Amino acid sequence: MTEVIKLIDVNYQNNGKEILSNINLTVNQGDYLTFSGPSGSGKSTIMKLIANMINPTTGDVEYLGKNVDSYEPTKYRQQVSYCFQQPTLFGETVRDNLEFPFKVRNESINDEQMIERMEMANLSPDMLEQKVIDLSGGQRQRVALLRNLMFLPEVLILDEVTTGLDKENKDIIHNLVNHLNKKHEITVLAITHDQEEIDNSKKMIQVIDGKIGGQ
Amino acid sequence: MQNLAVSNTSLALSFVLVLVALYFGYKEQLGIDKDIIIGIVRAIIQLFTVGYLLKYIIRTNNIILTTTMIIIIVTNAAWNAKKRGQGIPDLFWISLLAIVSSTGVTIGVLVASGSIKFIPQQMVPISGMVASNSMVAIGLCYRNMKSNFKDRHQQVLEKLALGANIKLASMDILRDSIKTGMSPTIDSAKTVGLVSLPGMMSGLIFAGVDPVKAIKYQIMVTFMLLSATSIASVISCYLAYKKFYNDQSQLVL
Repeated sequence: MTEVIKLIDVNYQNNGKEILSNINLTVNQGDYLTFSGPSGSGKSTIMKLIANMINPTTGDVEYLGKNVDSYEPTKYRQQVSYCFQQPTLFGETVRDNLEFPFKVRNESINDEQMIERMEMANLSPDMLEQKVIDLSGGQRQRVALLRNLMFLPEVLILDEVTTGLDKENKDIIHNLVNHLNKKHEITVLAITHDQEEIDNSKKMIQVIDGKIGGQ
Repeated sequence: MQNLAVSNTSLALSFVLVLVALYFGYKEQLGIDKDIIIGIVRAIIQLFTVGYLLKYIIRTNNIILTTTMIIIIVTNAAWNAKKRGQGIPDLFWISLLAIVSSTGVTIGVLVASGSIKFIPQQMVPISGMVASNSMVAIGLCYRNMKSNFKDRHQQVLEKLALGANIKLASMDILRDSIKTGMSPTIDSAKTVGLVSLPGMMSGLIFAGVDPVKAIKYQIMVTFMLLSATSIASVISCYLAYKKFYNDQSQLVL
């Protein structure tokens, strides 16, 4: 099994306050790991470290056996893609959001690819030109997730993406993520409090007071 | 020029106008009496100093002295512009580069086109105008940039997380900030002559110059300020936004 992500003796402090202490974690390719624990326990911080949005105070975060510092940050984040809780949508329309991954990669805009992805997330292709302010909460979250999935990453990080959504929207997102994990072997790291998501995951990790409590 | 006759006595008598401001400040208990007095004393000292200094510089008409005066103006403008972006590193040097470029390019074009001559009575006031407008534009850029990076923090993070480089992640903020920096100059260009008679034109008319000649100078000043504020805003914004990130393209400010 290929080790995709490895955290070695990771500590993280913010303004002198210890947020994470002595985190060791190995994630293999195709894993579906869920992280749970009380709010403020450090789950999102672990995800941000893995996504190279912040640096550990001490310790190492490795991707495919090399420190994440050694990768070009933009290329790395295209492979290890982080989807935020309650994301902000860009611009005015759904198109503005789905075109963004193409702009990031300097690739010409491909409407077919956008429509294909929209269908994967049960979004009608007619919605491409729809204004983002007219979207429901669930639709917003799915559009945001599609930005991460327009070009499939190696690792998908989901930070409570289904929190506050109704069952229908949760199911759509769960099915989509499960499909990607099983069919495309995308490694999934998900922070969740949702029991169904925890049940679907291959491994559950408890984070308590900045420490990994149990697996 | 004989119309211009501000004697020391008439200047002293016009001080009554300050007393009006002080009276209202005192009567309405605004607590600004001290500020008014300090402001007036500073203005008098600064203007007298500059007046005598300019008199000397103009009389000697020395290229080194004129250049030194321009350097002092530009450095002061950069120092003041920097204060608007407290917390962003290296802003003095960024502001200095932006103001030197805006002043250099603008004045260079005007001198090369023969619109103005490299003599102190033209170079000092013109560079002062360019540098002060650039300073205001840069200050607005920094303030806008700081508040936008704060307000759109989450959006910038999301763009970075999607693999955007720092320029793409900051592009909306950059555009907004450059527009904000240039907007006072654009607005005043739209209303010039209708709402206000600007300083250069008023000064020339005041000194007895034919108003039709005066407007030509004002048109030149409008061109000059548009160019200067655009150069200053673009350079300062394009250099300053990078300071919000570290070398790992992480948002740190």
